[in-house]
Amino acid sequence: MQQHLPILLIITPLVAAPLCLLLRQRIAALALALAVCWSTFAMALWLLEIARNTPGGITYQLGGWAAPWGIEYHVDTLAGLMLVLISGIAAIALSFAPRSIQDEIPAGQHYLFATEYLLCLTGLLGICVTGDLFNLFVFLEISSLSAYALISLGRSRRALTAAFQYLVMGTIGATFILIAIGLMYMMTGTLNMADMAERLKRTIELREQTVVVHQTRTILVAFAFLSVGISIKMALFPLHLWLPNAYAYAPSVVTGFLAATATKVSVYMLLRFVFTVFGVQFSFQTLPFDVGLMALALIGIFAASTTAIFQTNIKRMLAYSSVAQVGYMALGISFASENGLTGGIVHMFNHALIKGGMFLAMGCLVFRLGSVELTDLRGVGRRMPLTMFAWVLGGLGLIGVPVTAGFISKWYLISAVLERGWWPIAVLMLLSSLLAVIYIWRVVEVAYFQEPPETDPPVQEAPLALLIPTGLLIGANIVFGLWTTLSVGAAGEAARQLLGASP
Amino acid sequence: MTHEQHIGWALLVPLVAALLTTLNGTRPNLREGCTLVCAGALFLIIASLAGHVFAGARPQLTLLEVVPGLAIAFRVEPLGMLFALVASGLWVVTTCYSIGYMRAHHEGHQTRFFACFAIAIFAVMGAAFSQNLFALFLFYEVLTFSTYPLVTHHGDDKARRGGRTYLGILLFTSVSFLLLAIGWTWVLAGTLDFQEGGILTGKATPTVLAVLLALYAFGTGKAALMPFHRWLPAAMVAPTPVSALLHAVAVVKVGVFTVMKISVYTFGTGLLQDTGISLWLMYVAGATILLASLVALTKDNLKARLAYSTISQLSYIVLGAMLANSWGVIGGSMHIAMHAFGKITLFFCAGAIYVAAHKTEISDMRGIGRRMPITLAAFFLGSLSVIGLPPFGGSWSKWFLALGAAEAHQVALVAVLMISSLLNIAYLMPIVIRGYFFPAGEEPSRSEVKEAPLLCVIPLCLTATCGLALFFFADTIYGWMLPIAPLVVTTP
Amino acid sequence: MSHEMNTVLGLYNYWIVIFLMMTGFYVVIAKGNLVKKIIGLNLFQISVFLLYLSMGKINGGTTPIYPDKSFFADLQDQSSTMPVYSHPLPSVLILTAIVVGIATTALALALIVRIHEAYGTIEEDEILLQDQEA
Repeated sequence: MQQHLPILLIITPLVAAPLCLLLRQRIAALALALAVCWSTFAMALWLLEIARNTPGGITYQLGGWAAPWGIEYHVDTLAGLMLVLISGIAAIALSFAPRSIQDEIPAGQHYLFATEYLLCLTGLLGICVTGDLFNLFVFLEISSLSAYALISLGRSRRALTAAFQYLVMGTIGATFILIAIGLMYMMTGTLNMADMAERLKRTIELREQTVVVHQTRTILVAFAFLSVGISIKMALFPLHLWLPNAYAYAPSVVTGFLAATATKVSVYMLLRFVFTVFGVQFSFQTLPFDVGLMALALIGIFAASTTAIFQTNIKRMLAYSSVAQVGYMALGISFASENGLTGGIVHMFNHALIKGGMFLAMGCLVFRLGSVELTDLRGVGRRMPLTMFAWVLGGLGLIGVPVTAGFISKWYLISAVLERGWWPIAVLMLLSSLLAVIYIWRVVEVAYFQEPPETDPPVQEAPLALLIPTGLLIGANIVFGLWTTLSVGAAGEAARQLLGASP
Repeated sequence: MTHEQHIGWALLVPLVAALLTTLNGTRPNLREGCTLVCAGALFLIIASLAGHVFAGARPQLTLLEVVPGLAIAFRVEPLGMLFALVASGLWVVTTCYSIGYMRAHHEGHQTRFFACFAIAIFAVMGAAFSQNLFALFLFYEVLTFSTYPLVTHHGDDKARRGGRTYLGILLFTSVSFLLLAIGWTWVLAGTLDFQEGGILTGKATPTVLAVLLALYAFGTGKAALMPFHRWLPAAMVAPTPVSALLHAVAVVKVGVFTVMKISVYTFGTGLLQDTGISLWLMYVAGATILLASLVALTKDNLKARLAYSTISQLSYIVLGAMLANSWGVIGGSMHIAMHAFGKITLFFCAGAIYVAAHKTEISDMRGIGRRMPITLAAFFLGSLSVIGLPPFGGSWSKWFLALGAAEAHQVALVAVLMISSLLNIAYLMPIVIRGYFFPAGEEPSRSEVKEAPLLCVIPLCLTATCGLALFFFADTIYGWMLPIAPLVVTTP
Repeated sequence: MSHEMNTVLGLYNYWIVIFLMMTGFYVVIAKGNLVKKIIGLNLFQISVFLLYLSMGKINGGTTPIYPDKSFFADLQDQSSTMPVYSHPLPSVLILTAIVVGIATTALALALIVRIHEAYGTIEEDEILLQDQEA
């Protein structure tokens, strides 16, 4: 079983998804989905453990066909960490779902929800395990299509338009990636990532000249298409326009799940392409990719955080904050140093926990209040103390207060910047985290210092079925702020592997 | 118990207090009993540890290494020990006072109040014992957040605005300057540990060090160096016991303590003296001393006046740290203790007057001394201690600081210290004079105002007496502080 | 004809791809009608299919289907070489991409139906107007 783990991880949710559809019964479908999610999580943990102890990572050849002809799955530390993160969040968020979707999704569609959720999980996991570029595109589309459908399940009709907008932008992004893969295939004749990385460095005869494949115009165009396509998918400023509405109007569980995983997986794709396939040499020395990425990241952090301050819909506010946080990850990547990459990867991990937890807390609020407008949160700190406490703890994580996971990632990013002596960027980074203080504290003041509206009966604390998953994620935010052997350890290893893979 | 366990218990006891307080929220007597017992226990633990530390022991405890190089670790040295001793001792007194004040004043949310108070003390203990900059920063921030609910205790618009300023300035300075400075230190020195002689010698050019020192000095917003002092007056919206212990002793002293620690253990006094990078910060501190005193003169609200007085007094300690010679360091450290007893007495009195007579403005306090003679007498003693007249503790620390300034050939700063003492007299004495010698206002008081409840009066008498007693124990404190002083100097 | 001209004309398949791609992209951005947007999106995707297909095509190449025995018999008779095959892999890939494209279109159309039910219109500006009023 052990050597088949990479494929089992994908097959299990993939097979369970149509089963849910066939079951047509809400409890059975949700129970099956839950069982699948938690067992996937267990497998992912096991896989990470094996991957970290295997030099070079695990490879799995689909159907026994050897690479580069067959499709190869490859799990190194980075992929393993992503798998653990995605499946863990999926399991916790789905545990939150049964109670939360009662109000938000018509009961007749619950089994469809379970189906789509599992498909989305399959796609996201698939992106991380695969070592084949076209396979990656297919998994990307599986996850995206099911994500569009999941978002459209939202109660408000604006969920439909948000899903449509996401569909259009997402398809353009994915098609851009497809074009880039096509162009790269044209020049190298392979779709296997490792093989392609190797062939990109070879020289070829082109119009009586000897050139390195890297330096051909086709590859440059491919790189451009790829970076734009992935930037759309990871909502890097200014290509983030689909994200705020999609997160704001999707059902709470879906927002929690997607916010924590979807953009992170896109960041993972960026890492894979830039470091594993193209290589540091090409991306950062031949092309000024780092400068561009850093500029966009910084502008994005400030623009999105400032926009977040002016939102009255709290889910939208957190969505803009997500755009800003993607900026931090991009910033870490743009340093292309060990500390910077570690910071970027750890932030990917930590932010998933923080934002996932906060969106689940929003789900608790929606469950009791039915609204996420700032004015409806008056005095909720007194009515739902545990939920709001969890929310505030998550908020402290976003700000990057010590003891929370957010501090760890900021620390790595800061030391990476200072290592290079770019202190103005360090100042900007720190100032930007103060913007987070402003938007978090706006909510805190309303929730704790205003009188709750008189309702009959008074608003109650959220039920345990919702509080426990929320608490798990928020608790993880504190745990990974103190105990970093897993997060920083694996991220550091992954960073070294990425940098070492291409001299 | 080994010394290491002492450290653990010193951190655990306030947390236990917070927990017990929360659990017993519906039983006020039990709740406050628990707090009091814990406060007493903490003081005993600290006192028994103090004996060893002042005898030369340096117990260490590493709790957790968060990431390689960033450890939550503790190492007790004399400066932190003195600070912990003062804070834990005054916690006992303040708890008594809080019980009297909060009950007499029928304040709401008392459970939250006592719980947050205990967490704040936990943070102070952690900061006092911290072994490296990371641990210090961590507890510094825990203190900021745990005191926020205390500042905004009343929950009205005024409290909210005050809280906003409080959190805004403290977070702004600590995140954008202090954290940057810590990160920079880490990159330069490769360690964040506090070490005798500092860790930065030879690691960077004087220019970089000067910038770094400025980042530390201004980043420690809790030291209230101008222009980042606005949070302290804003924090005065809190109930008086909070202002007394936290905003005259614990929080602000964590600020100056941080500055002192950085001066002695991160930069090293030798480095500061050799490079002279701290000179302009001495002038900033000097300016803060004078300006804050002048502002205090204009304030009619008693707590606001005391707040500006605190800002002024804090800069004495910053000045001592920046002088970085033995007199400066010893004087500064001693002033942490001396000022604590004086200022807490003044705040206790302000609270007592508020509870008994509902007066907050100084102009309304005419003749208050006739009705509350004990309180005003204590106020008088406290004032003398803050001014620094013998026979009060405050006189020693000011004397040492003046010596330090003279040794550094900073005549202007010596003058600043003298003028400041005069200004202290100018803004504190009128209150006493007004209270004793002015007739009560024209409108006849409807009911005769009496002394505040006993639980308020006893603590303030106690602290006033301590201020007096410290004059005679200055030599002991001097001896305790000698190990951290840069050069061994002869006992006066 | 000059060398450059040759290159430009010789790459006619790519010019078609680019033309289709930009047309589709323009339609997606410029048209307010949601159905038209989806048509544009389809055009955009199809241009990429063409890109893949034309890259696998070799002049004079046949379909890569394993011939029967009689073919080989002929081959031996005429002492000719093996026929040239077009590269099959891009076609296979595009088969998958077409499926993905259909799924996207189907989902988009389903969403448009729902949007029409909810808003009574599929014009983007009218939908925006309704959202702003609400």
